[in-house]
Amino acid sequence: MFWLKRNLPRLVIAPSFGVLAWFVYGFILWTIYISFTKSKLLPVYDIWGLDQYFRLWSMPRWHVAVENLFIFTTLFIVFCIFIGILLAILLDQKIRAEGFLRTVYLYPMALSFIVTGTAWRWMLNPSLGIEKFAQDLGFVNFTFDWLVTPGMSIYTIVIAGVWQSSGFIMAIFLAGLRSVDDEIIKAAKIDGASLVSVYTKIILPMMRPVFMSAIVILVHLAIKSYDLVIALTAGGPGISSDMPAVFMTQMAFHRSEIGLASASAIMMFLTVSAIVVPYLYSELKREDDRK
Amino acid sequence: MTENNYYQLEKSSKNKKIIYRWILFIILGLFAIYYIAPLYVMIVTSFKTMEEIRQGNLFSLPSALNFEAWDVAWNGQGFSAGDVFLKTYFWNSVKLVVPAVIISTILGAINGYALTKWRFKGDSYIFLLFLFGTFIPYQAILLPMSRTLGSMGISNSIYGLILVHVVYGLCFTTLFCRNYYISISNEIVKAARIDGAGFFKIFFRIILPISAPILVVTVIWQFTMIWNDFLFGATFTFGNEAPIQVALNNMVLTSSSVKRYNVDMAAAIIAGFPTLIVYVLAGKYFIRGLTAGSVKG
Repeated sequence: MFWLKRNLPRLVIAPSFGVLAWFVYGFILWTIYISFTKSKLLPVYDIWGLDQYFRLWSMPRWHVAVENLFIFTTLFIVFCIFIGILLAILLDQKIRAEGFLRTVYLYPMALSFIVTGTAWRWMLNPSLGIEKFAQDLGFVNFTFDWLVTPGMSIYTIVIAGVWQSSGFIMAIFLAGLRSVDDEIIKAAKIDGASLVSVYTKIILPMMRPVFMSAIVILVHLAIKSYDLVIALTAGGPGISSDMPAVFMTQMAFHRSEIGLASASAIMMFLTVSAIVVPYLYSELKREDDRK
Repeated sequence: MTENNYYQLEKSSKNKKIIYRWILFIILGLFAIYYIAPLYVMIVTSFKTMEEIRQGNLFSLPSALNFEAWDVAWNGQGFSAGDVFLKTYFWNSVKLVVPAVIISTILGAINGYALTKWRFKGDSYIFLLFLFGTFIPYQAILLPMSRTLGSMGISNSIYGLILVHVVYGLCFTTLFCRNYYISISNEIVKAARIDGAGFFKIFFRIILPISAPILVVTVIWQFTMIWNDFLFGATFTFGNEAPIQVALNNMVLTSSSVKRYNVDMAAAIIAGFPTLIVYVLAGKYFIRGLTAGSVKG
């Protein structure tokens, strides 16, 4: 009885811990193992070495996917952070309609990527969408057919992704700005600093942790981006807007290449880990320092 | 500087301030239009007939409130083969979301409580495993998960999806609750323990009554994540068992030769409606959840 009482917290955690160990970490290990085998439709358990990884990196389609991921991630981060900071600073100027504007800027975050993709797919449609609207306004030669142009369709994913996620970045920067002591701003202004230099020289450098969080979240969102690509371009035209997440699902569930699919999943996992592990390490260290 | 000069300087700085104010509002207003435009387009398009869509442009208003597209999106066109509509799938998602949110939230609360108020050796490592679990790309678990669901006999079923969402939601709910409970003073718990109260008594009598703020955040977060999920739904279910986002995507992609943009937009609004309502009614908690999930500690 005493033993039970003493170990109750552990016993309560145990089922969740078991689930976590099996379904998260066990599964990742299984995927790593399969990525070292020759598995096609069904898993085989004879080690084949790194060949799936060599195969993966020799596939042009994988290179397209990685290149697209790089383009998407870079632009996605740059635009989200730029728009997020701009809106956060502007909203921080004691605006009367702040509550309303914040709601408007942030509501896309409540919509799924499938809904987002469906809406933008319609708006970016060349025959009836924005292109036609501009032509009706009198810009007869206006063309905007990125959605169906190989090499350009990846940028439509950026447009829709930024629309969906930038409000969130605004929200976390606004929360950061609100935690800055007003006295600092007042003191700097008395010393004759302009509002712009107060922000660029004093406040934004203080936001370093917020920048870190924002970048980690955005990279993480970008690498996982699957739904948006499927709903907006389905990876097309052709494979021109393919991304690693789409590639992985294709290989795993349509091409019966589960060894190769596992190798690509592990590449994604390693990329996320390379960014998240140092971030978590520094965050937890900060937490310890505070104690 | 004479009196007059000083007055003029002050006046011009006041004018400057008004101009700045205007620029500020114009920029904020332009962004508001950028964010609101797609929703506006979705709504007006859903009320147009296909004829109006071909004749008019993206932003033109419909001639009348025409609910036909909404009817088709929800009920289908009435023929059996290849008719895709949302009714069934909407209820699939409801049947999936309710139990998955409740189970994962309860487990998260108990885990967070045990990890913060009943510290034991190695608890911080367990927490780290949960924390890292919130970041893993799900592609790394899709294949073994689909095999496991198969061997448990719950592939292509709502039950399978409930399991998947509870398992991977657990990391988030535990993280949220742990971060909330760690800010609650240990003294109350200590005092209760001296009085002889046990693990569950303290949880139900002391911790749970003060957990409302974090439980609201957790429930909203889980609701949004599960309702909006596409990857798990598309990978583990097909046909009549699919959740709403999968059905929406199928609907948009399979409206074969004739594109029915009005139906697509009505369907997209239906699929986005529940989360949008939650966001409008409880936006404050929604934002708190987003930031709680991102800025750790």
